[in-house]
Amino acid sequence: MRRIWSALAAVALVAAAAGCSGDDGGGGSGGGNVPGVTDTEILVGTHMPLTGPAAAGYSKIAPATKAYFDYVNANGGVHGRKISYKIMDDTYNPATTQQVVRELVLQDKVFAILNGLGTPTHTGVLDFLKTNRVPDLFVASGSRSWNQPDKYPGTFGFNVDYTVEGKILATHVKQTQAGKKVCFLGQDDDFGRDALAGIEKVLGPVAAKQSYVTSNPNVGPQMGALKQAGCQVVMLATVPGFTALSLGTAAKIAFKPQFVVSQVGADLGTLSKQLGAAAPLTEGLISDNYLPLSNDEANPWIQLYKKVNAAHNGNAEFDNNIVYGMSVGYLFVQSLQAAGKDLTREGLIAAIEKGGFQGPGLAPLRYSADNHAGYGGMRLSKVAGGKQTYFGETFETDDADGPVAPYSTPPAAPPANGIPAAS
Amino acid sequence: MSVTLAPKVSAAPRLTRQARKHRHLLWTVAAAVLILALTYVLPPFRNYQLATVGAYLCVTAGLTVLTGLNGQLSLGHGALMATGAYTVAMVQEKLSGRGQWTLLVAVLAGIAVATLAGGIVGLAAARLRGPYLAGLTLAVAVVVPAVASTFDKTFNSDQGLSVYVDPPPLALGATFPYERWQAWLAWAGALITVFGLATLVSGRFGRSLRAVRDDEAAARIAGVNVARTQVLAFVVSAACAGLGGGLFAVLAQSVSPGAFPLSLSLFLVMAIVIGGLGRLAGAVWGAVLLVALPALTHSVTDSIDVSPAVAQRLEGNLPLALFGITLIIVMLAAPGGIASLRPRRRKA
Repeated sequence: MRRIWSALAAVALVAAAAGCSGDDGGGGSGGGNVPGVTDTEILVGTHMPLTGPAAAGYSKIAPATKAYFDYVNANGGVHGRKISYKIMDDTYNPATTQQVVRELVLQDKVFAILNGLGTPTHTGVLDFLKTNRVPDLFVASGSRSWNQPDKYPGTFGFNVDYTVEGKILATHVKQTQAGKKVCFLGQDDDFGRDALAGIEKVLGPVAAKQSYVTSNPNVGPQMGALKQAGCQVVMLATVPGFTALSLGTAAKIAFKPQFVVSQVGADLGTLSKQLGAAAPLTEGLISDNYLPLSNDEANPWIQLYKKVNAAHNGNAEFDNNIVYGMSVGYLFVQSLQAAGKDLTREGLIAAIEKGGFQGPGLAPLRYSADNHAGYGGMRLSKVAGGKQTYFGETFETDDADGPVAPYSTPPAAPPANGIPAAS
Repeated sequence: MSVTLAPKVSAAPRLTRQARKHRHLLWTVAAAVLILALTYVLPPFRNYQLATVGAYLCVTAGLTVLTGLNGQLSLGHGALMATGAYTVAMVQEKLSGRGQWTLLVAVLAGIAVATLAGGIVGLAAARLRGPYLAGLTLAVAVVVPAVASTFDKTFNSDQGLSVYVDPPPLALGATFPYERWQAWLAWAGALITVFGLATLVSGRFGRSLRAVRDDEAAARIAGVNVARTQVLAFVVSAACAGLGGGLFAVLAQSVSPGAFPLSLSLFLVMAIVIGGLGRLAGAVWGAVLLVALPALTHSVTDSIDVSPAVAQRLEGNLPLALFGITLIIVMLAAPGGIASLRPRRRKA
């Protein structure tokens, strides 16, 4: 027992020493008492799957956001403050997310959590962020959980929610694939469930449904079951790695349905990289998006992002993940501009709830006091000749029983210097 | 019949059982005071880490008794932790909002269920030796995610369940830091575990454990029921793992299979080996390393200025590498683990 005691004492000393040094380094806020904000800096953090089963594609998002912040910083920052973006790897493991978000909030004392990625991962930290009154902005997922202003007043979505997307994709399937047998493969969490809810609102019960977990990289049994069921259209609510896995597995067992894939798992660049020589399997893939596509050279937003990517992101291979990351950065800077010079957590949330943000999106952002969901609509895309392009109109709808209706307001043009002006 | 004893226990052979118990109690109270003081000094995140050390200590202490003192290797303790954690999550869900006492009920239920699971595994384990035992317990660890996704209606697959935890009692003040409360809860569990185990293994049961570990035939001749001792060791160890898992659920306010991967079970074994196998002090070191090493590697990767691509690759793998290196260094420098280092220095 004495040795236990001495071990404990040693631990106590180490912990106390670490604690003191943590105090010096962690806080760092100058005059004001807003965590993470000084006269010259704003510290925000995020959790991202930089490694692990969902890293494919997604690991490029946060560096792109950071690159956009670096671009803004190089041009004087926001209200004289530079934005620091701390990226933590959670490997898409909800347990790790718990750890890293606590570290960001309690140790690094970030001003806000921005664009934390993943439905299963981020769901677990909602209560923690609420208890600590940390703004939880523009979550990188389309779960409907982010849109609960009464329960989680500081949480805002960014993506089109999976139910809205499911309704839009299903409406397209209903119109163009009438009479075909439609099936579903989704992630075994709120991502898959919300997507299926939207699909079934339009199509009624699907002919067959299967699910997968990211911890088990094998969809052989699921694809076999869908083939057995005679599916002609397979709708996927999958992360990119599992979209690629599904396409590859289906091809292996000579199963050739029309694939209709959720936006979060359908970036052609990511899929081609995953499939390697089997990249032609993506031909004909139907998906959707709400941001300009990375291969649309004529789009002024793409031109801006490419410029930022070259200057601040080591000219990383330009794909839709980078477009997404920079669009998140743009929206965050817009929010900061709207919140004004006296930045507080409450002020920022109030500014976002005021809404009215115009940006790269094809669909509207409808933030208000009682709507914290992200983008409200999607435009369909198709892979043809190895190129992913939009077709048809942009549609918008809600996550309830509202109609799927065209949305015709054109997206705004970016400001000349690429940085949103103070409002 | 005299059996090889670890030096720690033989240090006070003439003490009566009563005196030993009093001494253990004294140390435990002193440790409690120290932890209490620490929770007032440390900033919130350090308190959270301290709480995590406490939760790990429950598990490593139980595991070191099983593996170090009884010679049964378990690679499945992560699964036993998961059993405790999921039980706590589900009981708390059912009883939410009725007051602080529900937590005690939930944790006790978690211990009970983990004990039951440990008893079943232990019954099988008592018939197996060496690699076969490792294989069985490994299978237990591997099965967790599969169970969670097969019964996804109950366990909600990879996303897991959230755990309802009451805020600290109002009697402690309205602004009482949540992390300090967590540290108190975790260390209450840890100190009870360590006190209980220290008392248990310094008596007859401890001698039986060692006798069975050292020579089963000799132990049997000496009148020790080998199978019963082995199953009991597994049950005790499983109860500790259940408590630790339950505390983890309370700390993270969520449970998911990702929190109890195979690597956790392996890390637990590594931790008690590095700390000092068969010693409760070693379990303390092990628990500290389990928290400190990943945190340390994280700050190291943060401070090194490398290209983002390299940093990304380091991020996931560096803790593993560092754990491995630590294991090699400790085994070379101090085969008895970190806990064996101090007395040798005292002798010199």
